[in-house]
Amino acid sequence: MGLRYLLGRLAVMIPVFIVVVTVVFFMIRFAPGGPFDSEKQVPPDILKNLNAKYHLDEPLVQQYLRYWGDLSRFDLGPSFKYANRTVNEIIAESLPVSAELGLISLVWALLIGVTAGGLAALKPNSMFDYIPMSFSILGICLPTFVIGPLFVLVFAVWAGWLPVGGWNTWQDRILPSLTLGFAYAAYISRLTRGGLMEIRSQDFIRTARAKGLSEGRVIVKHALRGGLLPVVSYLGPAMAGIISGALVTEQIFNIPGLGRFFIQSAVNRDYTVVMGTSLLYFSLIFVANFLVDIVYVFLDPRVRYE
Amino acid sequence: MTRKSYFLVGIFALALVFAGVSLFNSNNVSAAATKQVIRIGNGVEPKDLDCHKVTGVPEDVLLRQLFEPLVARAAKDLHPIPGVAEKWTISKDGKEYTFKLRANAKWSNGEPVVAQDFVDGWRRLLDPKTASEYAYYGYYLKNGEAINTGKIKDPSQLGAKAINATTLQVTLEHPTPYFLALLDHYTYYPIYLKTIQKNGDRWTRPENFVGNGAYKLQTWEINKVITMIKSPTYWDAANVKIDEASFYPIDNLDTEEKMFRTKQLDVTREIPPEKLPSWQKDKSGVFISADYLGVYYFRLNVTKGVLKDKRVRRALNLAIDRSRIVKFVARGNQEPAQAYTPPGTGGYQPAKVLPSDGSGFAEAKKLLAEAGYPGGKNFPLIEILYNTQEIHKKLAEAVQAMWKENLGINVGIVNQEWKVYLNSMKTLNYDVARSGWIGDFNDPDTFLVNFTSTNGNNQTGYANPVYDKFVFDSQKEQDQKKRFALFAKAEAQLLEDLPVVPIYIWRRNYLKAKNVQGWEPNIQDLHSLKDVWIDASIK
Repeated sequence: MGLRYLLGRLAVMIPVFIVVVTVVFFMIRFAPGGPFDSEKQVPPDILKNLNAKYHLDEPLVQQYLRYWGDLSRFDLGPSFKYANRTVNEIIAESLPVSAELGLISLVWALLIGVTAGGLAALKPNSMFDYIPMSFSILGICLPTFVIGPLFVLVFAVWAGWLPVGGWNTWQDRILPSLTLGFAYAAYISRLTRGGLMEIRSQDFIRTARAKGLSEGRVIVKHALRGGLLPVVSYLGPAMAGIISGALVTEQIFNIPGLGRFFIQSAVNRDYTVVMGTSLLYFSLIFVANFLVDIVYVFLDPRVRYE
Repeated sequence: MTRKSYFLVGIFALALVFAGVSLFNSNNVSAAATKQVIRIGNGVEPKDLDCHKVTGVPEDVLLRQLFEPLVARAAKDLHPIPGVAEKWTISKDGKEYTFKLRANAKWSNGEPVVAQDFVDGWRRLLDPKTASEYAYYGYYLKNGEAINTGKIKDPSQLGAKAINATTLQVTLEHPTPYFLALLDHYTYYPIYLKTIQKNGDRWTRPENFVGNGAYKLQTWEINKVITMIKSPTYWDAANVKIDEASFYPIDNLDTEEKMFRTKQLDVTREIPPEKLPSWQKDKSGVFISADYLGVYYFRLNVTKGVLKDKRVRRALNLAIDRSRIVKFVARGNQEPAQAYTPPGTGGYQPAKVLPSDGSGFAEAKKLLAEAGYPGGKNFPLIEILYNTQEIHKKLAEAVQAMWKENLGINVGIVNQEWKVYLNSMKTLNYDVARSGWIGDFNDPDTFLVNFTSTNGNNQTGYANPVYDKFVFDSQKEQDQKKRFALFAKAEAQLLEDLPVVPIYIWRRNYLKAKNVQGWEPNIQDLHSLKDVWIDASIK
């Protein structure tokens, strides 16, 4: 079925991974400023001791090889900033949070997007079409740092229904995931509408209707599968966007996710955390795109990877 | 799905939301009624809870609850009061302190706090292997600097000895009038050595942590919350009223402010600058504005080009209207800086040398002409450097406009990311750089010592041996009046040479729920939760 093609795709991951590690490793070290620079000047003797402890006084190539050694044992190293934690521990604590946020956002995006787009395709050029599509323009144009605080203002501060931030109760999940998912819901709704409209005019749909099937059955059982193809293609980049877009959302809603560490570690020049989170993001995005390729094969009988 | 099903699903979803909402609200109210809980916004995630490895304010806020110093501070005016030490005597020459510790002070694991715990802590502070960034705080102790720089290898030479379990004898390098206030800084906290020896860097994790303060570390979820509970082994636990304290690292100021408004927080760390004007009009009593021991200023690179000329530096200082900057840009009730050291620091009042308004404009123009740039003609382009933040940008733009209007010179502004900005200042790679200094302790020394020629925090290239002598002499002087006279001379010299452009004195602006009592604003913004309680009768 194209197993060779898919395996080939997986194999490409290895050299790309090596390149990512190398580029990030050297880039972060060439940036001016180091992990121990602070506003109150550190006396040079103390700085020497700090650098020695974290092997920063070794030649760069040696540090690079040392990092590969640790990586092969899945040891992402200690955090330079948070001395009592290792990068593995930081990721273990924050990745589930980000994953949960991402998943719920994706669910919202698909739910709202497919529903809105589907409705619009069912009744084109009516209120069911114009209103959802207008909102989707808003969703595409407004960035998360506008939508998020807006939702917070309306639902948390004025109405008092939901909390402003934090990640404790299930109510905490609602606004952040809605914020993050909203922009993607917008894209998905337009893609769904477009895809469905195109499918509806196809011959096999006319056949299904001629057979006497109800409109609903026609849509759900026959049209949706093909009509959602654009949406599925979009899911790869969408998941990448949700994973990285979570950075802003996490900051707005004070969520202890991976995105916040990613940003903070770059600002702090916390080399190990930057490497660890970058590698993780790379892996997640790669896997997401790969999975989308597999799903695509099942959805479209015309597609074969040779 | 049919239209009817959509409708039903919608109703069901709404019902779920309302159910959750009422649950959420009831949880908050019932929790507050049964025990005293306080929720505090604490800025950024603390780097660590090891008192010898941190340098920041958020860490100070936390450590203050988990440890008790030898000598503590009164809530309102910060005068020294007994902490672990019940009483103390000071020798005539000001170099020997003898502390008598209370016998019932205990660690959170039940062990007694003994004099040796302080000796252990101070030795660890100065041990070169600890690589403590604040090790220089220990230089007040005899041989502190020598041990830290490796000149003396034997740590027992340090001027701190445990005579017995409850008697601690301290010997200083020279008389230090503010030594008692210094003891309250986290570098001088005691440590329970066994947990550090057993757990190394991981001793600050909640399962290993041992402190002697009013509160005990309960949980630490990074970037989420740090919770503490009242320590049952604390010697004064009977007087500690708050049962549980949660500290939230909220870096987004808008989110923090909204969390306060929806009663998710009791005390915030800051207020978003755009919201300052509207909160200042607030009459409900939750807006707190208090003087803070810090100064916002610009550094001038005295080694570079046109800034080498003292007249130019003075012209730059006189050509800005500080009260307008405070009123329209900073908008936080700050006081315009007319000297460098904040007025009232340790009781010292600096002479008001710089104008707080536009009264110096004429002299500024004259000085610039004398320096060879009448009306700003041919004045080379200089740049104001600031670290990327909206408020610093606005201030830099205001000063840029004032210099253009009053001196006729063209000044650029450039922003750099935090670490790059720090590096630029350290390597003297700037013309004018926005800076700030918060005093480490309530004495002018912490401000004035920065501009001595060898101090790492100078970063302007300013080196005046006359200034150095005034400052170093003041460090050896015991008589308060003579010290203040030396400060005045040092400050006068600094304000004549002007390697800086002081702008305003810091002010702490934050929000505090009305039912939080005992939280006294003070000049160093130090708050021990031991003094605080929640009055449930106030809504």
